[in-house]
Amino acid sequence: MAKKRTVRSIPQERTPVRELDPLERSANFEEVNCGYTETEAVLESQRCLYCPDPKCIAGCPVSINIPGFIERIGERDFRGAYDIITGTNLLPAVCGRVCPQENQCEGVCVVGENLVPVAIGRMERFVGDLAISNSWVNIPYIDPTRFRIGIVGSGPAGMACAADMAKAGCDVTVYEAFHEAGGVLRYGIPEFRLPNSVVDAEIEKLKMLGVKFECNTLVGRLFTIRQMLTELGFDAVFIGTGAGYPTMLGIPGDSLNGVLSANELLTRCNLMRARDFPNVDTPLPLGKHVVVVGAGNTAMDALRVSKRLGAASVTCLYRRSKAEAPARAEEVHHAEQEGIEFHWLSAPVEILDDGDGSVCAIRCIKMELGEPDASGRRRPMPIGGSEFEIETDQVVFAIGTNANPIIGQTSDLKLNKRGYIDTDADMMTSMAGVFAGGDIVTGAATVIEAMGAGRKAARGMKKFLGIRDVGPISSGPARFGINTREQNYRRVRTM
Amino acid sequence: MNRFEIVAREDYSDVTFMLEVLHPMMARAANPGQFVIVMSHAEGERIPLTIADFDRDKGTITLVIQAVGKSTMEMQTICQVGGSLYGLAGPMGIPSHLSDARKAICVGGGLGVAPVFPQARAFKQNGAYVIGVLGFRNKDLIFWEDKFRTICDELIICTDDGSAGIKGFVTDGINLALKHHQDIDEVIAIGPPVMMKASADATRAAGIRTMVSLNPIMVDGTGMCGGCRVKVGEEVRFACVDGPDFDGHAVDFDDLMVRLRRYKEEERVATERWSETCRMRATAVDPIEMPDIG
Repeated sequence: MAKKRTVRSIPQERTPVRELDPLERSANFEEVNCGYTETEAVLESQRCLYCPDPKCIAGCPVSINIPGFIERIGERDFRGAYDIITGTNLLPAVCGRVCPQENQCEGVCVVGENLVPVAIGRMERFVGDLAISNSWVNIPYIDPTRFRIGIVGSGPAGMACAADMAKAGCDVTVYEAFHEAGGVLRYGIPEFRLPNSVVDAEIEKLKMLGVKFECNTLVGRLFTIRQMLTELGFDAVFIGTGAGYPTMLGIPGDSLNGVLSANELLTRCNLMRARDFPNVDTPLPLGKHVVVVGAGNTAMDALRVSKRLGAASVTCLYRRSKAEAPARAEEVHHAEQEGIEFHWLSAPVEILDDGDGSVCAIRCIKMELGEPDASGRRRPMPIGGSEFEIETDQVVFAIGTNANPIIGQTSDLKLNKRGYIDTDADMMTSMAGVFAGGDIVTGAATVIEAMGAGRKAARGMKKFLGIRDVGPISSGPARFGINTREQNYRRVRTM
Repeated sequence: MNRFEIVAREDYSDVTFMLEVLHPMMARAANPGQFVIVMSHAEGERIPLTIADFDRDKGTITLVIQAVGKSTMEMQTICQVGGSLYGLAGPMGIPSHLSDARKAICVGGGLGVAPVFPQARAFKQNGAYVIGVLGFRNKDLIFWEDKFRTICDELIICTDDGSAGIKGFVTDGINLALKHHQDIDEVIAIGPPVMMKASADATRAAGIRTMVSLNPIMVDGTGMCGGCRVKVGEEVRFACVDGPDFDGHAVDFDDLMVRLRRYKEEERVATERWSETCRMRATAVDPIEMPDIG
């Protein structure tokens, strides 16, 4: 075996990734981050120390065997790396792009104590993209059961739950209210961060597992959760409807024309492709001077979409400082590169009317940070007499979302006082056989956390149905072309 | 089999037409007051349309559409019997609360005549005395008069030019009904915002409960975009998931009407472009068949 790596022996610099030129890319929707090449991925893999007690695995919401797949990359066994990742994470091409790695695996990487941490996300994405371009897919040996599973919502939580239940031999149907599947991956995250082709490829893989997708289906209103269990004959149901209901600004002028939620901006632009108006029918009149309130990932997406749609100036308003901004560090960095103007420690007070019902300016106030609040972040306090105005014809608010109310309105599931669904430790709701996970349980979070919740719910569902996960039958690689590691799911037969 | 197949179509005037779409599950789930989101093709807009009627036995829902913009004009051309819609999601919104009113006025203006029908029928089935007030610009635009006759105890037709029924707006019809009946429990008004505003004003003094069905601009219809937010009293509500029915006396109609103007310019561009392509198609010369010279 090769000599043990130490922080001193590994390549000291993180392998850089090619990115499109900020000036050029801010006028198009091409993906900004070009991803690692084979050579770059292999080079970066040499920075992993293969810690005996890998902290990165614990830092990953779905516990990917990170050193394991990095080792395979180092051996140029990319297929092997893919097999390891897909053992726990269904969507490496998506997660490598949108996970906030700096708060998860890379945030706890031991290399990071002295150097820049290992670029785990970029390597994961490299493997995911390679799998898509080579059409690799791990169709496991599936032992069919008689169970039928209904999934409400085709976002990351629903997709993860669907995959696990399909692998467990269940007949899975995913319902989506929009006309295209993918949830937030489709309507929310823009193409320059997550190309639609990647989402399509991942959905295609689910279909290969036998998962059926039914779009144009608003569960709750077209049929209720109870009807799914009775008339439609599902043995268990998973609810992953997300937290889509945007929070209003709640300041004077927030209903003026030109004031809209980031959800509306992004849905029009991404799902409805309004940037091609009038070749498509959905319009998206963009202002010349756009102001976005908030500094989360959604805010960054809204800022960068506005820039690409041709706004002359795009400004971000955030009431705390850059250090508290909830967005991924890379997104803030990219936005800065693309010429987005940031007003940190500034809060909106009032949106001003141009006299015709449209926005003409936004009045703000400077803030300073006081004592830490309940979230552990320092509470912003307004500075008296520091008000200022920014001229704008479009204000986008990205200050968070609330629970989608439809399932609550149409079922008697127990909700908590904020309207999210209450679940037990197995992610089961107050209705037997009905599980929930993702943003509709926790409130707005990340793609990978939703996927983790979907998988956890699938475990609860298997327990509920009496499907038992047994350990690997043998540790060998493949037998008769069947990947033995995937023979994990066997129903306990009691009749 | 096509999904969302169009099984019947009827044209009520140059601009108003009815589509009956096959969707047995929705026909079973639909209730008065709810709406659907329709996409006529993959590049189309998602447009909200009130469910004008539903037939649980036939498994169909009925939409009445007025060709006023690009998408609806296009639907008027391409949506034919045997064809199908690209997308159809619903039934959306909270069903109208069917009160135990003993005497109710159901007001429909223009296109609002269609969605007020299932509500009027529900009142009738509930044993109420139903007074219908329908407003149209002129005689030629009248539709569903016979349908309403079968369920209304009284029917007042109002036309702007007096070519049928009484001359005047629906508010004149409401006032007429209020004059003859002192015991009206409830008024339902559906139509253009300006009409609903006037109807609510007409009943405000008497303090009669007046419900209106709002039609703001929407994208998803599932509570996600917030484009359909309306001011009701002190609160901001989403018409798609908190409505579309609200207390007409509490709705800020001026705010609604300003917000409905948001995409006026884009609508004009799209409509002009559409008319242009239609003209080009209409004047295009049929290709001359080449003689076989082989």
